[in-house]
This record gives sequence, C-alpha cells and structure tokens, in this order.
Amino acid sequence: AKEKERKKERDRKRRRNVARRASSARKQGNELEDRPGREERRGRKKRDKEGKGKGGEDERQEEVKNDTVAKTQKNFSNENTRKLEQKEVEVVGEEDGDTEEKRKNGRSEKGGKKEDNGRGETVEKKQKKKRVETSEEHESSEEEEDEEEKVGEEKPEVLSPEELEKLKEEVDERKKLISTLRGKPWPMRKKLLTLRESHEFVEKYEGALGKGKSRKLYAYKVMMLKKWMKFQRDFENFKTACVPWEMKIKEIESHFGSSVASYFIFLRWMYGINMILFGLTFGLVMVPEALMGRPYGSMPRKTVPRADEANAMDFAVLWDFGGYAQYSVLFYGYYNSQRAIGWLKFRMPLSYFLVGVGTVAYSYMVVIRTMARNANEDGGGDNNSFNFSWKMFTSWDYLIGNPETADNKFASITTSFKEAILEEQESRKDDNIHLTRFLRVLANFLVLCCLAGSGYLIYFVVRRSQKFALEGLESHSWWERNEVNMVMSLLGMFCPMLFDVISALENYHPRIALQWQLGRIFALFLGNLYTFIIALMDEINLKREEEEVLKLNMTIWEASLYNGTLGANSTAPPITVHPADIPRGPCWETMVGQEFVRLIVSDTMTTYITLLIGDFLRAVLVRFLNYCWCWDLEAGFPSYSEFDVSGNVLGLIFNQGMIWMGAFYAPCLPALNVLRLHVSMYLQCWAVMCCNVPQERVFKASGSNNFYMAMLLVILFLSTLPAIYTIVTIPPSFDCGPFSGKSRMFDVIQETLESDFPAWFGKVFSYASNPGLVLPFLLLMVLAIYYLQSTSKSYKQANLELKKKLQTQNEENKKKTKMAALKAAMDLEEAQKARSEAPRQQRKNNASQQSYTGEKNTVTGHLVSSFVFVYPPAPRGHRIPGPLPGNQWQPAPSVQRVPNSQRH
Amino acid sequence: MLHDCTFFTRKEILQLHGRFHELAPHLVPLDYTNQPDIRLPLALIVSMPELKENPFRNRIVEVFSEDGQGNLSFNDFVDMFSALCETAPRELKTIYAFKIYDFNVDNFLCKEDLEKTLNRLTKGELTPEEVNLVCTKAMEEADLDGDSKLSFSDFENMISKAPDFLSTFHLRI
Repeated sequence: AKEKERKKERDRKRRRNVARRASSARKQGNELEDRPGREERRGRKKRDKEGKGKGGEDERQEEVKNDTVAKTQKNFSNENTRKLEQKEVEVVGEEDGDTEEKRKNGRSEKGGKKEDNGRGETVEKKQKKKRVETSEEHESSEEEEDEEEKVGEEKPEVLSPEELEKLKEEVDERKKLISTLRGKPWPMRKKLLTLRESHEFVEKYEGALGKGKSRKLYAYKVMMLKKWMKFQRDFENFKTACVPWEMKIKEIESHFGSSVASYFIFLRWMYGINMILFGLTFGLVMVPEALMGRPYGSMPRKTVPRADEANAMDFAVLWDFGGYAQYSVLFYGYYNSQRAIGWLKFRMPLSYFLVGVGTVAYSYMVVIRTMARNANEDGGGDNNSFNFSWKMFTSWDYLIGNPETADNKFASITTSFKEAILEEQESRKDDNIHLTRFLRVLANFLVLCCLAGSGYLIYFVVRRSQKFALEGLESHSWWERNEVNMVMSLLGMFCPMLFDVISALENYHPRIALQWQLGRIFALFLGNLYTFIIALMDEINLKREEEEVLKLNMTIWEASLYNGTLGANSTAPPITVHPADIPRGPCWETMVGQEFVRLIVSDTMTTYITLLIGDFLRAVLVRFLNYCWCWDLEAGFPSYSEFDVSGNVLGLIFNQGMIWMGAFYAPCLPALNVLRLHVSMYLQCWAVMCCNVPQERVFKASGSNNFYMAMLLVILFLSTLPAIYTIVTIPPSFDCGPFSGKSRMFDVIQETLESDFPAWFGKVFSYASNPGLVLPFLLLMVLAIYYLQSTSKSYKQANLELKKKLQTQNEENKKKTKMAALKAAMDLEEAQKARSEAPRQQRKNNASQQSYTGEKNTVTGHLVSSFVFVYPPAPRGHRIPGPLPGNQWQPAPSVQRVPNSQRH
Repeated sequence: MLHDCTFFTRKEILQLHGRFHELAPHLVPLDYTNQPDIRLPLALIVSMPELKENPFRNRIVEVFSEDGQGNLSFNDFVDMFSALCETAPRELKTIYAFKIYDFNVDNFLCKEDLEKTLNRLTKGELTPEEVNLVCTKAMEEADLDGDSKLSFSDFENMISKAPDFLSTFHLRI
C-alpha cells in the first residue's frame, strides 16, 4: 500500500510537472495560437485538475467501468438504440484496451477519464468543486519545480522500447482523433471533453517536443486553404454577377417555369451575338468611315440631293430613314470606293466586304458550335434515378437569407415539382394508342391543309400584286395596294390560333406540343419571308432599269454642262457643280437597306404595342373592372394572358433572319437590333412579371434549346441565300457604295490580292483556287465529315448500351440489398430470441456476458453492414425512447465520487 | 479549444460569439469565465437572418440543441455553424441533413417526414394528391431495402450522388 501511495505521489508530481512544462511552452507562444484565449485558460485549468485529481482512483474506476459495460448491455432493448449501443461498446472496448496497456506499464493513470464522454455534467460540477484547492496546490508546489522537473525528465527514459513504441502509437492515435474530431457528429460537449483529454494525454507523453512548428505550418495551411476558398467563392460570385439579367431570368423561371425562362435565355444569347456583330460593323466599318473617310457634302453620294434638301431634316422623313439618315454611315450608299482612307491607309472597301462575310461566317460558327455543345450535354449522363429525392432534399439553398429570394425559391421549387409531376404523369399515361395515332394523323393532315391553303393564298396575292404593280398602283383601291401585307398579317394572326386548337387533338406532352407548334408556325412564316424576298427582288430589278436609264441621261447631262460652260469661257478652271446638284442613280443597295431597317423598326413597334395593349391593358382592365362586373373576369373569360413562348421565339428568330439578310446593305442594323433586344428584355421581363399568369401546365423545357437553334440555323441559311445571291450576281450601282465602279462586289478581293500582296501570293492563290485542287479538297472534307459522323454514331450507341448495363446492374444491386435486409431481419429475430434468455445468464456469470457481447456485436454488425460508416449516436433530446448516452453512464458518477470523498 | 472541434478559426469563433451576444445582449455575458451555462431559446436563434427564411430552421436548431428542444448554448451554437459551414466534410453534413429531415426523430425518414419536408419546401402549394405522388416516387427511388422508409444508408447513398447537395447545404456567417 505504501508503495502504491508513493507511486501515486510520484505520478501526480510528474503530471503536474508535464502540465507546467506544457503551459510554459504555451506561454512562449509555441502552441495553439488560434484557440480563443478564454477557452484555453479554462481548459488548461481543468486539465491540470483532472490530471491531479483523478490519479489515484484508477484501479477502482476500471472495475466500475467493467460493471457499467455489463449494465449497459442489460439496459438496451429496442432496435434503434442497438446501433448506438454497438458504437458505445466499441468506444468502451477501446478504453479497455488503453487501460489494460497502462496497467501493464505499471502506472494506470487515466482509466476513468474516457468515461467522461458520457457524463459531462457531473464531471464539470466536480471540477468546479475542486477548482479552489487544486489551484492552491498548484501554487504551493511551484517551489518544488526544479526537483520535479528532474524527476519528470528522468521518468520516461526508464521505459522499455516496446512501451515507448506503444505509447507513441497511442499518442499518434490521439493526435489523429484531435485532427478528425471536428468531423465527428457528436454533441459539442462530448467533443470538447474528448478533445481536452486527448490534448492532455498527448501533452503528457509528448511534452513540448517539436510540435510547435508543425502546428504552425498546419494552421498556415488551413488559413491558406480558407483564403483560397474564399477567393474562389468571390470569383464565382463575380462571374455570376457578370452574366447579365441572371437574376431577372431566375426570378421569371421560378414563377413561370423553365419554358418561359428558356425564351429569355435565348433572347440573352441572341443579344450576345448581336453585340459581337455590332462590334464588328461598328468598329471596322462605320467608325473608320465616319472618322477617316471624306466628310459629308464632299461627294454626291454623301450629300442630300437638292430636291430633298427642304425636308431632309423632317422627323417624318427621318423616321422613314430618308433625308439625312439615308445619306449617312447608316447605309451602304454613303461609303466611298476610295481604296485606302486616312493616314492609316485603311482599306475601306475590303473591310466592308470582309465584315459582311465575317458576320455571316461568325453567325454560322456560333450557332453550330452552340448546337454541338447542347447535343453533348444531351448525350451526357441523364441520370435522374433520384429525381424526386434530390428535389426534395437538396433543392433548398440554405444560404438564402433574403425574404424575396426565399419567396422566389419557394415558387421555383413548387414549379419544379409541378414540372416533375407533369413528366411523371405523362410517362404514366397510356391511353388508347390507336385513337391517339389516328388523331395525330388527322391533326397533321389538317395542319398541312392549312399550310397549303395559306401558301396558295400568298402565291395568289403576290402574283396579283405584281400584276397591279405593272399596271400602276394609282389606279387601284387601298385594299388592292396593301393586299399582300394585310393577307400576311391576317394569316400570321389566325393560323397560329388554329394550330393551337388542332394541337389539342394530338395529346402530346406539352414540350413536344410546343415544338410542333413552333415548327408549324415556322413553316407558315416562311411564306412571309418568301413574299418579302420576291417583292424585294422585283424592286431591285426596277431600280436597276432606272439606273440604266439614268446612266444614259447622265452622259447627256454632263455633255450639256460641258457644252454650256465651253461656250462661255474656254479657259475657265474645271467646272464646279455643288454635289447636291449632280444627278445620281437610285442606288438599289441603300434601298434594300432602308427596306430592312423600316421592317425591323415597324416590327419592333408592333411587338411593343401588342405587348402594351394585349398584355398590360388587358391585365389592367381585368384587374380593375373585376370589381364592377357581372362575372369573374379573372377566372372567367378574358382572364390574364399567358406568356406566348412559341410566338415570341419565332418573332425573335425571324427578326434575326432579317438582320442577317440586311446587315450587308445597312451596317446600322446590328446596332438597331441590339437596342431592340435590350429594350425588349426589360419590357418583356416587366410585362411577364406584372401582367401574365403562369401556364396551367408548367412543363420543363429541355435543358438545351437545340430546337430553337435548329430553327435559327434554317433561318440563317435562308437569309444568307438571297444576300449572297445579290452580292454575287447583281453588279453594284455605279455611283454609290464602297464597290462602285467594279463589275462585281467580290472583285475587291482580287484587287487587294493584286496590289497589296506580293506577286507570288497571287500566284499561289490562283493555283489554290484552281478547280482541280478545290474539288478534291471538297471531296476530302465530305469524306471526313462522313467518317466523323459515323464514329460519333457508334460512340453514341456504345454510350447507350453502357447506360443500359449500368441500369440493370443498379436494379440487381437493389434486389441484392433487399435480400440482405431480409436476411438481416431474420438474424435479428434470432438474436432477440437469444437475448431474451441472456439476462438470466448475465446475473449468473460475468464471463458468459463477455462472450455474448461479442456475439451480439457481430449480429448488429451484420445488420448494419450496408452502412458506410458507423451510425451516429441518436439525436439528443428527450423524445428518444430508450437509454440516452447520458443515461447509460448514470451509475458511474456516484461510484466515482467515492474516492474523492475518501481523499479529502 | 473550440478551434479543434469546429472548422472555424479563433477569429471566426469570436465573431460567432459576437453574433450570439447580439441575439440576447442581456442574457449572454461577454465574459465567459464564471457563467458558462447560458442557453438561448429557439425563437431567438431562429430570428437570425441566416435562418429566418429557412423552412427547416426549427429543425436545424432542434437538432443541434442538447435537449432537443431548441435551446442552444454557445457551444451548440458554434457546433451548428461548424457543421453547416463550407469546409465541413460531406459525411458530417449528410448526418446532420438526415437528422434535420427526420422530423419525428425515429432515425428513419418515413413517409410523414417526406410529406412534412415537401410541404415546407412548397409552402403547401401542392395538392394532397401531388404531395402523395411525389413522396411515393421519392420513396421508390431512394429506398433500397424496400422497407418503405429511408434508413440513413439509403439517404446517404442518395445524397452522395446528388450534384448540388454540398453547394446548397451550408450557412455562411
């Protein structure tokens, strides 16, 4: 016993010593800089106390613990807590191992400490009680410091190598625990206690030996990691903040569903493209001409003719893009054919031509690239095996703190659920397939009839109008003059409605229905385009005839001018005629440009006005007349309007087609379009949010808008055809535009090659453009395309097959887990049977208890074999039936208090 | 000390304490040395701007409180923000997410839990049939062992494949 006492005394001293050493080390700032000071101080005190106070009670505690283990086994009854128990048992097992080791080492200091995990409160109370005396003790013992230090330092060296090894391992384990503690799903109190003990343990055995450095490094690493993450986050935020109208579109999406949002995303995309087109034409054509070209009034093509001068500044004329607007950089005719302008020797005609070609080429590239990317996304894993669960558990963004955003989020979640429900219902729906098929065929037949009828009507009207035009428009009535336009508008207004009614027959999924609707209206609008192009061609031919006549007159006029002055004075300086007085050609290019600009402007106006009247006014009327009306306007007939996705998308696409067609003859068109898109973005966003109601069946738009893109591609092709045709076949006007004086517009390339490049380059070019080289090259390209396409097809197939395989495997796995679960349930039952007999045995024999514990652990282990990691302790709270983590250890503190009272 | 238990630095913890103090200046002392056991009731915690709009705010606070009633001591408070902070590992977040969605604390997500979750998410705007359909579908998808309730392993399996769980399931201070 005496020896025991001495040992205890020694231990206590040593521990105090170590603690003091550690604290002095800490004072030097070697340790844990980032702990809150307050906490640290408290923690240290406690640690000191614990170390001193509990040294003597170890053996007994161990016994106690073994008892508690046994008791806890008895206490558990229901299935939930079983897992919990397993974990506890695990922990206890660990402790047992620890303590046993220590006993072997001859000084078992820390037996009971781990128990504290479970009963934090009692320990803390005890600590409070002890605080006073321990601090006293601490002070008094300071005098002995030197002595003790010697003892303490000598002590660890006496250990044998194996013991040291073990100790080291344990210390490492503790360290690991400390570093992973923050990831443990334990209550805070438990974490704190574990941490305290582990720290103490590590400090005790490790001393202050060389851990300051690694700690600092670690802290630094963590800090850098955090800084880096913050930077990344900020960068992400910045990137999203750079995307224009993202918030608006998100808001619309949350209220109106993704189909309406897809229109706005498309609009934004279009805006981006037009921005680039605008940059090209503005930077390379309009600005150089305005800055470096010859100024206004220096040439006939840059001057308003005398006849128009009086009202060239009138608003009506300007609104019609006549007068000063016509003779400005906005239109083709203003540009000079001078080869190089300004001190930069800017090749204006070449630049004009290349920008025209570049606009089209860039548009093709962008559209096709976007389509390819979208197709890729489509092909990518369309894994929605957890569609609903993900929506349910991960759709709420916990970062939302703004009430408005939260409202939006609620709306968007609801919308997305509705979309998903719709998809689900659609996939479940199985009606009479024959009837559906018949109806669909019928609907398509009806639509075809409509299209054919309207096509014929357009053809008929156009032919008639051509006849009228030949006879002279003055002799006909207003209706006959505006017949084409009226017919087109009427068709454009009523046919979509008809299609809408017909599509109700088909019973398609709304997304597919929208695509059909889009396709049909697209076909109808093609008629519109066709008439427009025909009318334009007629006009061009007329102008060119006019031009021929004028050319003849011009020579006569020049001759008369020359003759007139010659008679007066033969030695006079060359005659100066004001450029406004010189007769000029009709310049069909400017006419075409004007035509397009007018069309765009009137189209824009129509869109805005229908928006204001059709949506806004209607909404206002419905809203306010509802108070004094005999039926419910809001729910009944007029109601609020829905957002017309198909009409708006088509409007956008055709508008873009016009831009592509006319941009060559009116460089201002992209600028105008940018303006228009900008305004309509705000206007439509506002209109949608304030006067439209969401569709009755909100459906999910396909993630990629490839259907829109495909239509855009068709329109792009259709609109570049006439533009290229006019450029290639019709000679430019003789007195206006950058290509005047050339027989064809593309001669500018030839000219540049000849005069701006070295001779050999021209030679190479002529060889390269030799049909003998071009044809094989084309053939090669076609072959390459064919090859690539076939490989991509095979890849796609392989992809599909793999997906199928994966799915079947998943299903198999599911089945297997089900079987395993069933088996586990059976095992559980057996175990329960065995357990009902167990308590009796337990009382008799402690040893059998031990073996039983092992058995049961294996059962529970089997049961939770599907767990990836051990189940966390059940949530705290009184609601949990069965023993709580705190309750399990209830008997322990009372026993533990005994030694304390004995000591003092 | 708290530093090792959480994912925060000393500075952040002090900042958190500032927030905690702000919630109830008359209750929470600035100096913790002599009166460490202060608990704030659920209603106060929930009024924080970070949680105010969250449909699961009450559940979050309840899960992290020691008594299950929603009374948080400062330690629990720090623990809550630590588990929900950006740097916390996926496993930890999954555990707490499961607890949050487990309304009746039976360690399983049963159909009632799903319905409650859904109604909170949509502010009850879906019809009962729709709610029923969604819950059935979600159960079908995620329930691997066919006991018509989601155990933690089911939940974890499902969540581990979710693309935006980590990005949405966190709070910032």
